[in-house]
Amino acid sequence: MVKLNGEQRELSGKSVDELLNENGYDPKRVAVELNLEIVPKSQYSTTVLKDGDSVEVVSFVGGG
Amino acid sequence: MIPSREEMYAALEERHGKEIQKKFAEASVVVCGLGGLGSNVAVSLARAGIGRIHLIDFDKVDISNLNRQQYFPEQLKQYKADALLDTLKKIAPYCDITSQTVKLDENNIPTLLADFPIVCECFDNAEQKAMLVNTALEYFPGKKLVAASGMAGLDSANKIITRRIAKNFWLCGDGKSDVGDGLGLISARVAVCAAHQATMVLRIISGEYDA
Repeated sequence: MVKLNGEQRELSGKSVDELLNENGYDPKRVAVELNLEIVPKSQYSTTVLKDGDSVEVVSFVGGG
Repeated sequence: MIPSREEMYAALEERHGKEIQKKFAEASVVVCGLGGLGSNVAVSLARAGIGRIHLIDFDKVDISNLNRQQYFPEQLKQYKADALLDTLKKIAPYCDITSQTVKLDENNIPTLLADFPIVCECFDNAEQKAMLVNTALEYFPGKKLVAASGMAGLDSANKIITRRIAKNFWLCGDGKSDVGDGLGLISARVAVCAAHQATMVLRIISGEYDA
């Protein structure tokens, strides 16, 4: 199990790219933290989630 | 006739305490984007006596900004970086405040933000927000970054919160209210979010990292 934004999910084995696509995130508007470290955008396709990981996807909205 | 440097510093020490004021005076912060968030964040930091503040924006003051941004009608068409610098120098004449008119991107962020241990993301465009956060955290894992997302409309101010997302990354806002959904940006609610950001910056400077 992988914790995604605080919720336990069956996401082991998926890449960050797959996680974003399958959950409806716009990759241009997100920042992804894996175990409290930023995942560089260049590594979204090669970073694979494993059991016990904690992922936080911050999806930005407009306004300021 | 304005007060002397010593008089103003003594007044800040009186309010904030000597120990905290020393930390504020030695701190260095860059504010990226000088709209409703950034102009309010910068005013709060200047009033707190932050020693070094750098302001970055590419845009000019527009009449549509006056509902929530810290500009005056007489400043329309001026670069925001210039206009806000003038205002902040009146608020905090002895702080080292500088400004720059430039559009931040992946290529110039590593250079332009290099000198500042604390970065405030105060853009309005969602993709630009993500670009700054990703680029800054990738290039500068040691910097503290305080960003904002979700402060449009007139939903409860109580929904605007500060969260610590990672070791050096804090996010303020309700996370949801998007100008893209047709919501307007209203002075008080944007200022609440800006005050969250400024408060977190001041907490970080004082050594408190919890949101």
